[in-house]
Amino acid sequence: MSLQKDLSVNVAGLKLKNPVIAASGAFGFGREYSEYFDLNRLGGIAVKGLTLLPRKGNPPPRIAETPAGILNSVGLQNPGVHAFIEKEIPFIRQFDTAIIANASGNTVEDYESMVEILSAADIDAIELNLSCPNVKEGCMSFGSTAQGVSQVVSRVKPRAKKPLIVKLTPNVTDIAEIAKAAEDAGADAVSLINTLLGMAIDAHTRKPILANVTGGLSGPAVKPIALRMVYQVSQAVKIPIIGMGGISNGIDAVEFLLAGASAVMIGTAGFVNPMAWVETVEGIEAYMEEQGVKNVTELIGGLMV
Amino acid sequence: MHRIETIKKMKKLNEDTFLIRIKSEAIASRAVAGQFVNIRCSEGMDAYLRRPISICAIDREDNTFDLVYQVRGKGTRLLCGFESGDQIDVLGPLGRGFTLNPEHQHIVVVGGGIGTFPLLQLLKDHPAKKKTAILGFRTKELVVLEDKFKKHSHELLMATDDGSYGQKGFVTTLLEQMLIKERPHMVYFCGPAIMMKRGVEIVSKYGIPCEVSMEQRMGCGVGACLVCACKTKKGEDWDYSHVCKDGPVFAGHEVVFEE
Repeated sequence: MSLQKDLSVNVAGLKLKNPVIAASGAFGFGREYSEYFDLNRLGGIAVKGLTLLPRKGNPPPRIAETPAGILNSVGLQNPGVHAFIEKEIPFIRQFDTAIIANASGNTVEDYESMVEILSAADIDAIELNLSCPNVKEGCMSFGSTAQGVSQVVSRVKPRAKKPLIVKLTPNVTDIAEIAKAAEDAGADAVSLINTLLGMAIDAHTRKPILANVTGGLSGPAVKPIALRMVYQVSQAVKIPIIGMGGISNGIDAVEFLLAGASAVMIGTAGFVNPMAWVETVEGIEAYMEEQGVKNVTELIGGLMV
Repeated sequence: MHRIETIKKMKKLNEDTFLIRIKSEAIASRAVAGQFVNIRCSEGMDAYLRRPISICAIDREDNTFDLVYQVRGKGTRLLCGFESGDQIDVLGPLGRGFTLNPEHQHIVVVGGGIGTFPLLQLLKDHPAKKKTAILGFRTKELVVLEDKFKKHSHELLMATDDGSYGQKGFVTTLLEQMLIKERPHMVYFCGPAIMMKRGVEIVSKYGIPCEVSMEQRMGCGVGACLVCACKTKKGEDWDYSHVCKDGPVFAGHEVVFEE
């Protein structure tokens, strides 16, 4: 490759060496995949969804395979924010990659506490999870209305000392309206889409496959929906967007950048191909080389409609 | 390890059970009995996830390992389309295998159906002076690898649910009959959850330690996605461990079997 290329992006003050971030929930705290590739290659890591106290999560089965995708209902199993700060941050900090802490709660007060605690921690950004479809309280129940998003974001924003990214659910009538509510309430960026609420049934046993009955759909199956939503949100807000949903390679990632995303997140594809994250970085580079693109930022919102 | 390896042999063992032998120095030299590999069955989008399959046997001189699987759905059906000489995408060896304690002079492996396969390498590797295998299948037609189990054990007891081969009934009944007469030092279970639950109850009565190999629907296979939850004891409480990383082999007393 001959062209001198710059893959770095700046998402509302969050500096990334390249636009590829491991999506929350698919990458743990990075330990497992560090045995497969060099985590220094990643733009950032969005860690497993955190809550104030440890959570056990939902009973198994928690996963169902569907055409070109999966349904999951993990239900935010995590060791709690304090264990994350004590045990996991030092591990990830060995690598030159941004740490994005994904935060959930049952109540607005929980979200306030999470943002305060994480603002004092050695992380680079906070991703406010207003979109997990697999828990009874909090999360998607806030994220599915503009009013709910507005309420949580406006309350936590004054406490946030790091870039505040609001992760949006696609399980709404008009995601652009929700994104606008997040922007108006002070969000520095939005990330989308979380999983689409779905269901799988075993006809032979006449039972749902997931113990939780419903779960969140991800993988290539959701990519067209995710692209459409990123595009719609990019038309409605001025804050940066982190796009995700079914990205498996560099070309998929470029499509999201063109639709208006400043960075992308990859989750499910890594289960099939543990090199998906690295190969996506390389794929973006190869596309830039081929197209003569010097700065990856030239691609953001570059869709010709 | 994530590798593209070569298939050395494909063999149909019965109507829906197949053996696939894969050449891989990296896996054959690292793997221990009870571990598994996560196999990509297709490049396509239909059987999208990898399929976790336990390692049945390892040949550390020939640098190959065998997987034996039953065709159960899309993924395993696609796996039957592979031929000797084909390349295959393998992630592994993964998970925690069986514990081999050289002080255990008499061990018993108890397997049911497809759960019998991972016990073969355990018999091959364990240094015990006496090794007993108790294997159960639904019916005679499903019995496979009996000669191999015979070769690597000192005593082989067979059972079928319908009595078409060996003793009629469950492997746990055979185990219980055996424990009246003798006290092995360790028992290993692999098979249906109900069989392992019953097995753990039986050996606990006699104060014999045991290990169980658990199964659950998996995602990543490496411990990152947390979907393959298995309820395990944690002090007075319980927690969800994960079959792919904390298991698939757990101490029998650790697991909280669901009703």
